[in-house]
Amino acid sequence: MIKEWQNFNEGKWMEEINVRNFIQKNYTPYEGDGSFLEGPTENTTKLWNKVLEYMKEEREKGILDADTKVISTITSHDSGYIDKNLEKIVGIQTEKPLKRAIMPFGGIRVVKGSLDAYGYELDPQTSAIFDNRYRKTHNDGVFDAYTDEMRRARRSGVITGLPDAYGRGRIIGDYRRVALYGIDKLIEGKIEEKKQLDMDYMTSKVVRLREEISEQIYALNELKEMASKYDLDISKPAKNSKEAVQWTYLGYLAAVKEQNGAAMSLGRVSTFFDIYFERDLENGTITEKEIQEIMDHFVMKLRMVRFLRTPSYDQLFSGDPTWVTEVIGGMGIDGRTLVSKSSFRVLHTLYNIGPAPEPNLTVLWSEKLPDGFKKYVTKVSIDTSSIQYENDDLMRPDYGDDYGIACCVSAMKIGKQMQFFGARANLAKALLYAINGGKDETSGDQIGPRFEPVTSEYLEFDEVTEKFDLVMDWLAQLYINTLNIIHYMHDKYSYERIQMALHDKDVLRTSACGIAGLSVVADSLSAMKHSKVKVIRNEEGLAVDYEIEGEYPAFGNNDDRVDRIATSIVKKFMNKLRKHKTYRDSVPTLSILTITSNVVYGKKTGSTPDGRKAGDPFAPGANPMHGRDTNGAIASMASVAKIPFEHSEDGISYTFSIVPKALGKTEEDRINNLSGLLDGYFHDEGHHINVNVFDKETLLDAMDHPEKYPQLTIRVSGYAVNFIKLTREQQLDVINRTFHERA
Amino acid sequence: MSVKGNIHSIETCGTVDGPGVRFVVFTQGCPLRCQYCHNPDTWKVNDGSEISTDELMSRIKKYKSYMKFSGGGVTMTGGEPLLQPKFVKEIFKRCKKEGIHTALDTSGFIPLDNVKEVLDYTDLVLLDIKSFNPTLYKDLTGVSSDPTIRLAKYLSEINKPTWIRYVLVPNLTDKEEDIRALAKFLSTLNNLERVELLPFHKMGEFKWEELGYEYKLKDTPSPSEESVEKAVKIFKEEGINIIDQ
Repeated sequence: MIKEWQNFNEGKWMEEINVRNFIQKNYTPYEGDGSFLEGPTENTTKLWNKVLEYMKEEREKGILDADTKVISTITSHDSGYIDKNLEKIVGIQTEKPLKRAIMPFGGIRVVKGSLDAYGYELDPQTSAIFDNRYRKTHNDGVFDAYTDEMRRARRSGVITGLPDAYGRGRIIGDYRRVALYGIDKLIEGKIEEKKQLDMDYMTSKVVRLREEISEQIYALNELKEMASKYDLDISKPAKNSKEAVQWTYLGYLAAVKEQNGAAMSLGRVSTFFDIYFERDLENGTITEKEIQEIMDHFVMKLRMVRFLRTPSYDQLFSGDPTWVTEVIGGMGIDGRTLVSKSSFRVLHTLYNIGPAPEPNLTVLWSEKLPDGFKKYVTKVSIDTSSIQYENDDLMRPDYGDDYGIACCVSAMKIGKQMQFFGARANLAKALLYAINGGKDETSGDQIGPRFEPVTSEYLEFDEVTEKFDLVMDWLAQLYINTLNIIHYMHDKYSYERIQMALHDKDVLRTSACGIAGLSVVADSLSAMKHSKVKVIRNEEGLAVDYEIEGEYPAFGNNDDRVDRIATSIVKKFMNKLRKHKTYRDSVPTLSILTITSNVVYGKKTGSTPDGRKAGDPFAPGANPMHGRDTNGAIASMASVAKIPFEHSEDGISYTFSIVPKALGKTEEDRINNLSGLLDGYFHDEGHHINVNVFDKETLLDAMDHPEKYPQLTIRVSGYAVNFIKLTREQQLDVINRTFHERA
Repeated sequence: MSVKGNIHSIETCGTVDGPGVRFVVFTQGCPLRCQYCHNPDTWKVNDGSEISTDELMSRIKKYKSYMKFSGGGVTMTGGEPLLQPKFVKEIFKRCKKEGIHTALDTSGFIPLDNVKEVLDYTDLVLLDIKSFNPTLYKDLTGVSSDPTIRLAKYLSEINKPTWIRYVLVPNLTDKEEDIRALAKFLSTLNNLERVELLPFHKMGEFKWEELGYEYKLKDTPSPSEESVEKAVKIFKEEGINIIDQ
């Protein structure tokens, strides 16, 4: 065995690139509690305080600094440090902490707009490259190919948030491969893959893949060069704990230097690291204190990832999210838990360096998780509101036991699967199109196909359902076609070289569609069915408002009369998406996730038949509408859990906020009850839940005194944000959102 | 046999009325008129909405996984659930068949014979003792404390697991001698699992206004930490160590 692998158990992983096999053969499940954990070292606290200084300055200025000339590539910038003497894990995106790089291949307009918004200007020479089209961007390509209909749908907001002007993201490289194998071995593997593509017929498919693999090899070489700027040689495998974490991080760093992706997730690294930690503990070459220090410094680096984006983008997504999602825990296929001591260590960073939105710590929950871990994570949730949970028992049958979460809720097998991110369709608006004969309710423009609008005084459930079905047919086709264009162009002009270099040759691709406004649509249809909805039209005959007579069962009360409407919409829309031909034969999937854009989508959508007024926010993700879930938290969770995962495999996001008192009287009660809630919700096949535990008063105080709460973190749809970075409107939305506080 | 009951509302995520996460049924109607009541909208027997035990059970069963994993169950509270003993008994009987833990939150102001059958299907009683001073009890609630004390003794006789709940209201129920008398009495019982000391809060005040009732405790503050500690100390001195605040 090569010396870097000494003392590891042998397996297939030695003959082929197979990180899962390495983990399975070597990891140590941990069933104990968190009592072994260590606090921060003096160095850690010193270093973190320096980072906090940078972050404070950044908050005041909008951005700390930006490069205006050099196009960011894996090797574009020199090494950079916070404090070289204190850092255990090194590497930042540019030569200066929090200084933002420009990554224009997704779209030059975003780069110029962002620089401009913060008072910078793109260097004329750099600008000329794109202005003269010496180099075309993804954004240029997409708009060259878009149809008029696509432009209209995009403008009206019936399809929205599309990654057509920026990097698509949602791809997770298997960064662990860098540590386990070293770059040379990875390059060897890629050369071998390319050889397999010496085909008799050079079809466009083969040609494309051959070119892509060549790009991957270039990228791997650049990664090696980038490491050498930090005086690190990563051509061979990592030989100890520190190197394992450092090598892995460098792989990730290369990705965030090359791609300004919408979500740049990390994968599933903590239990992988644990194998190295255990080996060094066994050797007596490391202490628990030192291990935690490495973990704290690693997480610190992840918190410092920055992209240059426009203020309007940040407004849409509340702050500056990067979605460095790390999944923790879960169970193995063989029945052993994948919880290791390092699952605790990574969560423990929330105490050692305080709560933060990044990395997006995501616990894969299973009924069978060890009790000590369940208790520890629920305690962390209650203390920090920084964790989200996803149902491992629901995903494991399809995704195995080495999957990660991209962005918020999208599962993918690491190194074997990627997705074409497709943002979401505004189904609430689509419902209004059904009523108005394809016309937009705010502009009056004909956006959808022209057909007979509803002309009666009261809405008839059957008539609207039938017309809505037609609108969804049109929308599904348009949506998939739009994504086909976007991803064709992204592959062509902004291919993720290093991330795909850390994938197998043949990956499973999904076309990840999404819907916004599910609870609005379900409640609207329920209102038509169970009460009377009177239409109010303007002079042009456009339905612009609704009056509801009587009461109707609303989504979020565990009432099948309306919950069935919600589930049937999801199923129907998903089946319509499945009918269409997709780019690279990707498999269509669906998410019910709005991120925080529920506020913006609501703004762009007229009054709806459920009684929601024009401009009011939607509920986030799959949440029931604010204040309509009146039977308590669990009824609300139970309604959401009914949405079928097999028809929304890209994730169903639910955000749950509760005041501490409503979780129980003592800390022990609260931990027990939260753990029970999660077990119950996931047992009943809920997919995802964000847990926030805090008092409304804290948030109100933070609105008035942001300086007192630099690290106040809250969970929103699928990720966490820094509360004080939200717009005032979003802060109010969070506060007004159903808070479960009855006790 | 399906029985009809009259309920005020349902809370699916109850965590403070018994152990674990509980499905809490607030029944309608109460013979007491406690000055500090935070649910005065449950007083009138004729308000509320009718529900059959069939319907209620089908709703309860939807939450079995949450109850199971958290060690929770069903709590009947109110109002005074024992104003509808047949209804409560039927629900609890069916819960037991489903393996669901049952808790009864009561003031005890009810003829003992009406209650005994319900207790057969009750795993835990949450007994509210508003005061051990008969005059103050009458003053606070409008009724006599005798039936409550009788029930407390009976629960001890049959060894029924019981939590005692006592609301600490400044200038009303915070007198040392009253608390001590209660603590002395409680120390003679052998079925107590917990004594809960609930600091008075005004979360129900708006309801009084909405209902047009006069709220006498408008100017009463929540008890200070010192006075809560003092009360705890008295209980402890009388040998009650299972106190929870």
